Amino acid sequence: MNKNKEQLLNKRYKAEQRFRLYGLSAIFMALLFLTIFIFKIFSTGYSAFQKTWFIVPVTFDAELMMLDQNPSKEDLQDADYYDIALKSMADLDPNANEDQENELKRMVSYFFEKEIKNELLNDPNLIGKTKEVYLTASDDLDQVFKGNYPRDLPEDQRRVSDYQLKIFDQLVANGKVESKFNISFFTNADSREAELAGIASSFMGSIFSILVCLMIAFPVAVLAAIYLEEFAPKNRFTDFIEVNINNLAAVPSIVFGLLGLGILLAIFQLPRSTPLVGGITLSLMTLPTIIIAARASLKAVPPSIREAALAMGASRMQTTMHHTVPLSMPGTLSGTIIGLAQALGETAPLILIGMVAFVNTIPGSPMDPAASLPVQIYIWAESAERGFVEKVSACIMVLLGFLIIMNLFAQIIRHKFEKKWS
Amino acid sequence: MNLILFTFIVLLGFTSYYFGRKKAYTIQSTKKRLTALPQFYGYYLAIWCAIPAFIIFSLWAIFEPTIVKLLILSDYSNQGYLDDELNLLYEKSKALSRGQFTGEITPFIEASAEKYLSLRSIAQSSKVVIVLSAIIASVAYAYKRISSNSRTREPVEKFLNAVLFTASLAAILTTVGIVFSLIFQTIDFFKVIPLFDFVFGTHWYPAKAFVRDSSEALDPTMYSDTFGAVPIFAGTFFIAFIAMCVAIPIGLMSGIYLAEYASTKVRQYAKPLIEILAGIPTVVYGFFAALTVGPFLKELGTSMGLEVSAESALAAGGVMGIMIIPFISSLSDDVITSVPQSLRDGSYAMGATKSETIKRVIFPAALPGIVGSILLGVSRAIGETMIVVMASGLAANLTLNPLESTSTITAQIVVILIGDQAFGDPKTQAAFALGMSLFLVTLCLNIVALRVVKKYREKYE
Repeated sequence: MNKNKEQLLNKRYKAEQRFRLYGLSAIFMALLFLTIFIFKIFSTGYSAFQKTWFIVPVTFDAELMMLDQNPSKEDLQDADYYDIALKSMADLDPNANEDQENELKRMVSYFFEKEIKNELLNDPNLIGKTKEVYLTASDDLDQVFKGNYPRDLPEDQRRVSDYQLKIFDQLVANGKVESKFNISFFTNADSREAELAGIASSFMGSIFSILVCLMIAFPVAVLAAIYLEEFAPKNRFTDFIEVNINNLAAVPSIVFGLLGLGILLAIFQLPRSTPLVGGITLSLMTLPTIIIAARASLKAVPPSIREAALAMGASRMQTTMHHTVPLSMPGTLSGTIIGLAQALGETAPLILIGMVAFVNTIPGSPMDPAASLPVQIYIWAESAERGFVEKVSACIMVLLGFLIIMNLFAQIIRHKFEKKWS
Repeated sequence: MNLILFTFIVLLGFTSYYFGRKKAYTIQSTKKRLTALPQFYGYYLAIWCAIPAFIIFSLWAIFEPTIVKLLILSDYSNQGYLDDELNLLYEKSKALSRGQFTGEITPFIEASAEKYLSLRSIAQSSKVVIVLSAIIASVAYAYKRISSNSRTREPVEKFLNAVLFTASLAAILTTVGIVFSLIFQTIDFFKVIPLFDFVFGTHWYPAKAFVRDSSEALDPTMYSDTFGAVPIFAGTFFIAFIAMCVAIPIGLMSGIYLAEYASTKVRQYAKPLIEILAGIPTVVYGFFAALTVGPFLKELGTSMGLEVSAESALAAGGVMGIMIIPFISSLSDDVITSVPQSLRDGSYAMGATKSETIKRVIFPAALPGIVGSILLGVSRAIGETMIVVMASGLAANLTLNPLESTSTITAQIVVILIGDQAFGDPKTQAAFALGMSLFLVTLCLNIVALRVVKKYREKYE
């Protein structure tokens, strides 16, 4: 009898331990996912911050460039650089036939002509001389140099030919291939060529959208929160507003995209693909988040503050505007930043209002067509070129970096400036 | 032009504030008692400056384009043009006047463009004149009121109250906007496609409805068997189900562990770390699912002799589940911590172990809240877009095999609406109809979930 009891007790203790283990492993799983996730992004993305260059000797032959003696600045602008660019690549292998010359040309980005031109524009004395110029490698060879490209595939299954690889290996052996920090990733707009594509246009698009979103959502949300928390009478209409706010906070983001498409674009005829429309759509989405945060922080201001102000003869409006609202600002601001961080990562509604258009210029105002960082991730992730995979991961790193900074900022505001009432 | 006018009006507002306050001080210096603090006199004047400007600006924005269009098109009124052609003419002359027109320039259009420009400049200058005179009139009126030392605080506060109230209507307006943007397209859609076919049809090939000349009359037989939404609804719930299979056990168990077992130190670090999962943008999850999880599952399946699609429902659903973990874990953590301590103490006093207390006492007590959090998770899973667009298929298969690819409501909306849309096309309208059903489903889930959670909170507070 006693033994039975002990067995039962042991069984119960075992069950207790098992249950505890389940809980622990659940947390472990969640954290494991997070780790794999971040590891994966970083391991594929870090190489995008490096860019491969070929160092190619270029002879600035005045005759080939169709330049006269003592060319002016305009002549240099209009000169023909294609021939010398082509020649300098072809000279890498003196025995190359025509097909091979073409392949040599494709080893660098199609931008190489411009790169040579810029070299001359910087130093017009180069005419007639030979200089070693840095040329951007094509995205496939860039990947080969970074070791991301399967070289052992049969030739007809890869985009780099054996001949190109042979020349490439010669260049590597001669130390004519160099990897440098990829500034153009941050300064270039999007491009169809992976080696030239950058995040500048989508970055500006994101900034503009977020600014528009902030300018609309913040004032409206704060005013609405003040009304609901401090002035609204308790009646059915107020309840209805509250139900609306809580529900809007949980409406799928894509529905807001349909709203933007059906109302902002179709009825108000606002320009498509612009951060203006994107920002307005996102502001409708963040509105409930900010209202809820602002109400919570208004609620946290103790009633004694209001009573003291009222007792000194302030009107209700004065009490609210001079005392309650300033005291609630840290909480409201940190809620706003968190809402904006959410908006910054939002993709689906922006796709619907046309911010997926291919934009190869950097937008200068919210009225110019643009993409945004998350949409850029989507666009690149859908492209077939291998070079875009690392770009996507790098873009994700930039985006996550921003989100982390914004959230830290929100935390700091909350902990530094919020009054603790006790 | 508008910007200059706007800045000018803002400056006027500030000056009127200044003059209002100054007037108050002069009244004070005559030993009269002020009816409010001096700055209220200033606010009063500034508001009287802002209101007419605001009203006229909005009236202009609403009516100017329509009136200009009417005036321009009146030139063409008796030449037998159709409405569409008239609209085209108007757009052409507008484009020409901006210098963006690339087509053939006919004398008619050129004349219209010139007329457009002159009308616009007339409208602009009359706007300036009307705004300024209205401001002067209303400020003068307000200044007279101030001079006679009438009440200013009450009107100012009433005005502020009205502004606050209007702002609080934004939430209602957004909801109305959503319904409004969805409902007309949806109704048009159901005029062509019977509701019955949409809800019970099992074939979804919207691409079939695309190759069509817009001038052709709508042929209903063409659309039969094209817009049957059953495969999409099934796919949506199926992927959501897979996601919840991942999210509920992990989320719930971590919520329980954090609330009941974890030391404060573990809690302090583990909770925010898990919540990072909720802060990662969904497009990043989509990329992860498409690039890593999908191919990984495919390889795993092939090595076991199974045929797995690279865009399997399992990959999309699984990654979506990871995304939902933090929603369920933090909500159930909150819910469990708010169960009163007395219930636990009672159970321990009867000799129950911790896990028995959790399973038999706390869990039943917290159940409504947990159900609420799960429902909110389901609503998230159904409305999630980017993961599905990037990682699951785009063709709507009616299947219950998690290794095949299926499609969801959200993915179909994106597929249909990406790029240019032609409003009035049944395909575009189908996207709005799908949006409507998504909105209704999530609305029901949200309302029920919020109700349940609220009821639960009231019970223990």
